[in-house]
Parts: sequence; structure tokens; C-alpha cells
Amino acid sequence: MTAEQAILLAILIPLIGALLIGLTGKKPNLRETVSLLTSITLLGTVLSLLPTVLDGQQPSVTLLEIAPGLAIRFDLEPLGMLFACVAALLWPINTLYSIGYMRGNNEQHQTRFYICFAIALSSTMGIAMAGNLLTLFICYEVLTLSTYPLVTHKGNEDALKAGRVYLGILLSTSIGFLLLAILWTWHLTGTLDFKAGGILAGKVAGPELIILLFLYMYGIGKAALMPIHRWLPAAMVAPTPVSALLHAVAVVKAGVFSVVKVVVYVFGLDMLKISAGADWILWLAGFTILVASIIALRQDNLKRRLAYSTISQLSYVILAIFILAPLSTVAAALHIAAHAFGKITLFFAAGSIYTAAHKTSISQLNGIGYRMPWTMTAFSIGAISMIGLPPTAGFLSKWYMLMGAFQEQQLFAVLVIVASTLLNAAYFIPIIYAAWFKQPKQDEHEHSHGEAPRAIVLALMITAALTLLLFFFPDVPLQLATSLTGGHS
Amino acid sequence: MIETHLSLLLVVIPLIAAPIVAILPNGRLPWLVTLLVSLSCLVLAIMQLWNVADGSIISYELGGWAPPWGIEYRIDVINAFVALLVAGVAAVTLPYALLSVEKEIPTKQISLFYSAFLLCLSGLLGITQTGDIFNLFVFLEISSLSSYALISLGKQRKALTAAYQYLFMGTIGATFILIGIGLAYAVTGTLNMADLAARLPEVEATRTLQTAFIFLLIGVAIKLAVFPLHLWLPNAYAYAPSVITIFLAATATKVAAYVLIRIIFTVFGASLAFQEMHIHWLLLPLASIAVISASLVAIFQYNIKRMLAYSSVAQIGYILLGIGIASATGLTASLLHLFNHALMKAALFMALGAVLYQVGSVALQDMAGLGRRMPWTMAAFVAGGLSLIGVPLTVGFISKLYLILAAFEQGWWWLIVVVAIGSLLAIVYIWRIVETAYFKPTSHSNVTEAPLSLLLPLWLIVIANFYFGIDTSLTVSVSESAANMLLGGKP
Repeated sequence: MTAEQAILLAILIPLIGALLIGLTGKKPNLRETVSLLTSITLLGTVLSLLPTVLDGQQPSVTLLEIAPGLAIRFDLEPLGMLFACVAALLWPINTLYSIGYMRGNNEQHQTRFYICFAIALSSTMGIAMAGNLLTLFICYEVLTLSTYPLVTHKGNEDALKAGRVYLGILLSTSIGFLLLAILWTWHLTGTLDFKAGGILAGKVAGPELIILLFLYMYGIGKAALMPIHRWLPAAMVAPTPVSALLHAVAVVKAGVFSVVKVVVYVFGLDMLKISAGADWILWLAGFTILVASIIALRQDNLKRRLAYSTISQLSYVILAIFILAPLSTVAAALHIAAHAFGKITLFFAAGSIYTAAHKTSISQLNGIGYRMPWTMTAFSIGAISMIGLPPTAGFLSKWYMLMGAFQEQQLFAVLVIVASTLLNAAYFIPIIYAAWFKQPKQDEHEHSHGEAPRAIVLALMITAALTLLLFFFPDVPLQLATSLTGGHS
Repeated sequence: MIETHLSLLLVVIPLIAAPIVAILPNGRLPWLVTLLVSLSCLVLAIMQLWNVADGSIISYELGGWAPPWGIEYRIDVINAFVALLVAGVAAVTLPYALLSVEKEIPTKQISLFYSAFLLCLSGLLGITQTGDIFNLFVFLEISSLSSYALISLGKQRKALTAAYQYLFMGTIGATFILIGIGLAYAVTGTLNMADLAARLPEVEATRTLQTAFIFLLIGVAIKLAVFPLHLWLPNAYAYAPSVITIFLAATATKVAAYVLIRIIFTVFGASLAFQEMHIHWLLLPLASIAVISASLVAIFQYNIKRMLAYSSVAQIGYILLGIGIASATGLTASLLHLFNHALMKAALFMALGAVLYQVGSVALQDMAGLGRRMPWTMAAFVAGGLSLIGVPLTVGFISKLYLILAAFEQGWWWLIVVVAIGSLLAIVYIWRIVETAYFKPTSHSNVTEAPLSLLLPLWLIVIANFYFGIDTSLTVSVSESAANMLLGGKP
């Protein structure tokens, strides 16, 4: 199998999987076997591409050409490889978790759920491997559309309303701003390809550059830069596996991944260094980090607190990339992976608590650590990674981020990172404390429960382990992240 | 033999078939004849486009009378392109018509229905073929009169008032066009469009000529449903039989847009229209208002056919924007949208026709739960909706792409904003239906998927929506060479 075929397969496998899931929808056991097998096959395919990319090659394949210069093209560079690996690695684990969760909660429409999930993963692969802005945009839209039925899964009035917010914000920003920015780029440069060093250099300057930059940053609504972050908390009405893989990993990471791609391969770091617009985005990202953390502090609903934490963590990536130093670019890429492992663990734990204890609020969690020791251990590891303490993956990316900020003497960025670390601690430590050290409240609604179903526990243990492993063995992601900046670090 | 008489045959075959169909017994025979006629028209139209695709011009002298005295049929790539669109839509609509018409039209009127349909087809094709401006008026009236009749055949009684409203406005439009033609004739003494174009420079800038131009412009604007002369359209589309809504939405306004382009660019010339008369200061604001206000109104419609009709008014606005920019890219965008909008609206109205066939209503609340009951129909509706919004890989994206590029070339930011707002509003009105169809519990438990004879043409059009959104070589190259030809350059 050549690398080119593997790229196409990585996009096709989930689609074929979706078809097979649809065909086997009447038999749940078979359907879920197909789901698992598809995700494992995809992981194998993506991993088979890893040696090629680590070798410094950049396989690419053009699927079709719509108009001269407008093509559907896939092109696998280090950052895309990293993102594809993270998503493909977490999908089988998430499928395992989904099986436990969806059965444990007797959810309806499970076939639709698995089909949409597979399509979403296919478009995530497409985003990771997109060779130009048009391909990226198409896959980005498919991802929005395929996750919409997952958000509105429950079908009640609340879910529909949340779905409207979700789709409204994501579609309108992407069609209103992102598409416009892409067309503008095409008008200016005559190409949409991602090129090292950027394609816009020397083509646009001054206020126009700033407008274009803002169109991109607010066009990529999935990066949830304030004030267009509202869709993410809204999406929390979805079943927890969706929040875990899609709204902590695939969808939101697709957003910040696109931001990094646009900054590195469309604008180019050198060009942004001399523009005031880059500083503004840096400030906006800092603002988002702090404000989202403060809002998270005030949420009692566990999933909502996690959602606001995600918003703030996403802006870390934006902040890191807009420090515009090679080291912080590495940090941005690493944080995409580090946050993914940590946050999926946290969501898995939240879903586990919901399945076993039917609890959704933080104030109900007193003493739950003794009833669900595995779940809360994993939760604690995830939370420590969010705060950025060793020995977890979150420490690594924060370390690089701070080094980059010092190198560029971005005092603002340093302050934001320090302040938000304190805030992260302030909203995660109380949960851990309550779970392990507080006495459970005695009320009549309390019923006895133990751990969640085995599939759920297994899944969250794996992701917690991955969070730790990434700290001890960061070689592969680090190598991918460093080659993103051409090896300067 | 067929080669030389292609353009005449295109008009005459449906024209002769119309009275024959009228005297056939009611049943399936009239449908069969009409289907055969429209299929043969499609074949002829394809042959014709093939002949002129290289930029050549075919001149056909009717009855052997030399132009400018006799009537000349003058075919270049634009005519052939629009003729192909009309014939193609007719050929795809007719297989769909069989069941839909049997359900919506009383049996005793079926042969009359198909007869009027053929007249309408003949009129529309005639407009695309003729090079004589008075002849064009005649064909415009043939198509208009037959469409008044067709709309009035709608099931609800409101169809009668809708048809009457259309008749009223259409007749005013026709009168304006006739006055315009008369004035132009008075100044130049000729009715042949090529000849008119050649003689106009000698008499340029007289008040009479300008008046003629304005009369023609407004007359055609009524037929095209340009904002604010569009009020006949929503009712006409909402209450006409499904097949007629599909056919008229996809062809009648497109042919009117073609006439507008012809009159502005071929007959009077871009320099008179834009440099002396400054009509872009009329076209661009009206088109922008149409895009935004009609889309806004569409959001608040509960009859979905009516909603799509308002969407059509907005889409006509896009076509006018391209004409108003009057650059090669702008005109390319207009011509592309002419074709592409026909595809998306045909798909959407066909899906609605299937809903009407199965459910008996196209009110929003009756669409609840149809995503599960009629999965193929609603999937087609979503696909057509995505195309209307302008998502990449659909035809809607291609037309908007060219329109926005044309605006970039001019540096007109406000126009880009208008297009962006129009697209966002389209998301809103399409998504209301998607949400209702897929996520609201159904009230009809016994509704099933539409029959295959409705689904196949529907999906053929849906596939075309994607095919021409991916492989744009045909549509873009034809539109580009047509635009260059209209602006007087080499094709």
C-alpha cells in the first residue's frame, strides 16, 4: 500500500464503515462489532502513514479538479499527521466507551448515532490531511453537518434549540467569514495550497491584512474564540461520547488545527510578526482563556464546566501560535494532542458518573471517589493534565508555551498562562477534593451504585494512561511538532 | 436535413404537437406524446449546442426570406445554452409529471393540460431561438398565455386569483415590451436584433431610443419578477400544479433573464446601458434589496412552496447582480446562475411535489417527521437546500464563487456582504424544514416514500446539482465564452 492510497483509505474507511453500520442496523451486536472494526482499521491505516511522515516525506494526492486551480487535494504534513493520529487513536477507545454508554442509558436511534460518528471521523481525517483551503473547508462543513444530528440526538425541545445554536453559529461563521476569506485569498494569490512560509507574503498588507486575519479567525468558529464560543456549551446536550470525542477532540481540535494551518501555511509566521492584527488576536485569545476559566469556575453542571474549560484550553493553542515563535508553534501542536487525551478522560469520567449514579452536578459528587475509584482516579489524572502539572501531558505543552513566550518576551502571554493555571486549579481541585475527602450527603434520593459498566471503565483507564504516557514518551509527537517549523526549535 | 433546420424544428415540433395533444382522449396518451416531443427537443438542443460550442453563429432564414426583412433565427452559444436548459428541464419534468398530474389535475382536463404545456415549451424555446425582436415578443406571449392557463389549473381555488394576478402583471409587462419594440422600430426601421444593434449607433442618444430601452427594460423586469415587480410570483408558484411550479421556476424566469441580457448587451449595447443610462445604479440596489428582503420574507413563510418562491425572487437578485457588474466575470456568474439555479429549484420543487403527492400538503407543520417516513425525498430536499445555500461541491457554490470573484475584481465590498447575508438567510429558511422533517415527531403514521417515477427524476436532478458542481468544464466554458461574446470580445 503506497502512502497515497493510505491517505484515500483513511478517508474512505469510516465512510464504508458508516454504510455497513447502516446495513447492520437491525442487529446491535453486529453493528457495534462493525463500528469497532472500522475504527481499528482506520487506526492501522493512519499509523501506517506515520513512518513516511517521520521520514520527512509529504505524500499528496489530488482527487479531482473543480476549476483550474481549484482542486480537492490531500497533502499529509507533520501537523496533520499528529492530528490524524490523535483522532484515529481515540476513536476505537471512544467506540468502546459509546457501546457501554449507549446501552447503559438505553439511548434511542443508536444506528443513526454510529453512522454520524463514522462520517464525522471521515471528515476529521479529511481536515487533517487537506492539501488546500478548499478541501479543508469542505471537510469542515461536512464535520459540522454530520455532528448536528448527534447534538440534537435526544430530539426534545432543548436539544433542538441547542442544535439551532450549534448549526447557526458554525455554519454562519464558516460561510459568512471563512469562505469569504478563502475566496479573497484566492483572488489575491491565485492559489489555495498550503505552503511552508505562507502564500500571502507580499500580497496583502496594512488594514486589509488585519481584516483578512480576523475573517479567518472568526470564520473558523470551531476554535471557539470569544465571542463566538456559545455553540460549544450548547453542544453539551449531546450524549457524553459525542462531547468526549467530538466536542473535546475532533470538532474543536479541527478548529484550532485549522487556525494553526492558516497561520503557518497561509499567512506565514514572518508576515504576521510585523502586523498589529496578530497582537490583537493574541489579546483576544488571552481574554478568552481568562474569561472562559472564570465562567467555568461558576458552573455547577459538570459537563458545562468541562465545556468552558475546553474553550479556554482551545485558546491556549491560539495564544501559543500567535506568540509567533518556533518554540510556541511546537507548543501549539503539542497542546492539540495533550489536551485531547486529558479532556476526553474528563468527559469519559463525567459520562461514567452519569451512567452509574445519574448525577450531573458537581455539588452531588461528595465522596463519590470511594464508590467509583477507577473513574475518579482517571478524572484526577485528566484534571492534573488540564492544570499542567507533571507527570501529565499538559505539563509538556505548557512548558513549551512558556519558553516560547519568554523567548519572544511576550509578558502578556506569560501572565495569562500563569493566571489561568491558577484558575484551572481553582475549578478542578475542588472536584477532586470533594470526590475523595468529603462525606456524601444523606438524602432520600441517594441510591447505592458502584462503578460504571466495564466498557466505560476500560475506556477511561486507557485514555488516562495515555495522558501519563505522553509525558514520559513524547518523542513522536514532539518530532512531528518540531518538523512543523522546519526543525528550528 | 435535420442539421440545417435544427432551430426551426425545436420550435415547430412542440407547436404542432400542442393541438394534436389537445384532441387526444384524456388518459396517458397525451402524456406519452408530450414526453416524446420533449425528449426529441432535448436531443435537438444538445445537437445545436454541439454545433455552436466552438463560437460559431448559425443563421437560419425562416421561409428563405433574407434578413433583415424576413425572420431570422440566429443561434450562438448563449441561445443554445438556454435552449438546452429549457429542453432539459422539460425532459426531466415529464416522467415526473405522469403521476403528479394524474393526482392534481381533473381527468377531463389532462389533454388540455399537456397541450398548454407544449405551447409553453414551444414559446420558451422560440424565445431562445429567434433573432427577431417582434418574433420574440410573440413567443413571450405564447409562453405567458399558456402559463396563465396552466397556473389556473391548480387544485386550490386560490390558483385562479394567482393566475389572474399573473395575467394582470404579465399583460402590463407585455404592453411595455411592445411599446419599447414599437419605439425602437420607429427610430431604426428594423426588427432584426442584429440589424438593430448595427443601426443604433447612428441614432444613439435620442430621447425616443432611451424611452424604448426603458420600456423594454421594465417590461422584461415584470416577466422576470425583479424586485419590486415580483408580487405575482409567490402566489403563482405556490398555487400552480407541482409540475408547473417545477417547470416555470426552472425555465420561465431563466428565459426572461436571457431576454434581459440580450436586450441590454446585444441589442442596445453595454455602452448605452451602463455609460449613458447608468442602469447599474438601478439594477444593483434593486437586486441587493431583492436578495436580502425576499430571503427575509422566505423565513416567515409556512407554505413551503411559497417560501421557495420568495427564495426564487432572491436568487433572481443574484442573476441581476452579475448583470449589473457588467464585467466578463459578472456576466459569467449570471449565466452560470441561470443554469445552476434552475437545477437547484427544480430539485427542491420536485421534492416538494413528492411531499404533496404523498401527504397532500406542503405546510411546514405537515413536514414533521418526514425525514423518517420519506427518507429519499427529504434527503434530496436537503441536497437541494445545500446547493441553494452554496456549499462547495454543489452548483450553488460555483455561481456564488464567480459572483464574489467578480465583486472582488471591482473592489465592491458591499456586494460581497450582500451575497454573504443572502447565503446566511438561506441557511435559516432551509434549516427550518430540515429540523421539522428530521427532529419533530410525525403526525402522519401511514405516510410512505413517494413512487419511483417521482423519485428517479428528482434524484437525476440532485445528481446533476453535484455533477455540475464538481465538473464545471461544460457550464463554465460555455458561460465564459457567452459572456465574452456579449461584451463584444472574441468568444
